[in-house]
Amino acid sequence: MTMEHTERHITPFSLFAKVLIVLLILTTVSVLITEMHFGALSVAVALTVASVKVSLVLIFFMHLKWENTFLRLMVAGVFIIFTLVIIFTFIDYLLR
Amino acid sequence: MNTSVAHTEHYDPEGSKIGMWLFLFTEMFLFGGLFLVYAVFRNKYSADFHHGALELNAFIGAINTVVLLTSSMTVAMSITAVQKKNKRLAINLLIITILLALVFMVNKYFEWSHKFEYKLYPGSPVVMNLPQGEILFYGLYYMMTGLHALHVLIGMVLLTVNIFKVKSGKVNHERHSLIENSGLYWHLVDLIWIFLFPLLYLVT
Repeated sequence: MTMEHTERHITPFSLFAKVLIVLLILTTVSVLITEMHFGALSVAVALTVASVKVSLVLIFFMHLKWENTFLRLMVAGVFIIFTLVIIFTFIDYLLR
Repeated sequence: MNTSVAHTEHYDPEGSKIGMWLFLFTEMFLFGGLFLVYAVFRNKYSADFHHGALELNAFIGAINTVVLLTSSMTVAMSITAVQKKNKRLAINLLIITILLALVFMVNKYFEWSHKFEYKLYPGSPVVMNLPQGEILFYGLYYMMTGLHALHVLIGMVLLTVNIFKVKSGKVNHERHSLIENSGLYWHLVDLIWIFLFPLLYLVT
């Protein structure tokens, strides 16, 4: 984090364009894979691809790559708590 | 106090960014709750949900995904343009973002009205005669995509405000908290759609 407390980082246009291309490729992948109907596996694949896409948006579009450690830890922490809340509540339902 | 130094007004970009993120977390949990309800009922009525999901138009869903992802890029680029002091480009990128949002909403309109033609809306006699799981599926489908569409509309208003602020110079290369935080909001709308699209349209 060399950018901390200095000039704000300016993300180049080309990087945003590259991220979009990757996101579009991932969208195509998730459409093609779910078209094949793997049953329960396609849910897992769809969620995994979606998670990768979400990470890319968070890191590049939402600028987290260049934010300070505090903000990055806060966002990462809340995402972990969020995932745990969803998983544990769902497990709680399944075991009832 | 020197009159040429105008720092009497409170401006704390770091603070407002943290505030924005805190708000975005509450939005995550709002939609997270709906995803959880969806997961539980999908598990309970998997055959009905399968049948309901087949009725959705995956093609329109995919088009809207591409539209939203692209709009996320243009809004991110508009921040770079503001930082590079290119006012004209920043405004144009914001206009493109709003136009893409409009395309999304028009697609959504056609998608919903097509279902309304078949009387597939919550509480309609047709839907109420469907199996329990399909009633729940349509209820969740309209609730989740509807709440998301409401966020798209709010985002469009926010971006419009930004166009005027960039134009008047209130948002500039030294002071771009507003456009950055509006951008964060717009990206969150995109994030939610990234999960909505495969779960509702693809995984049948």
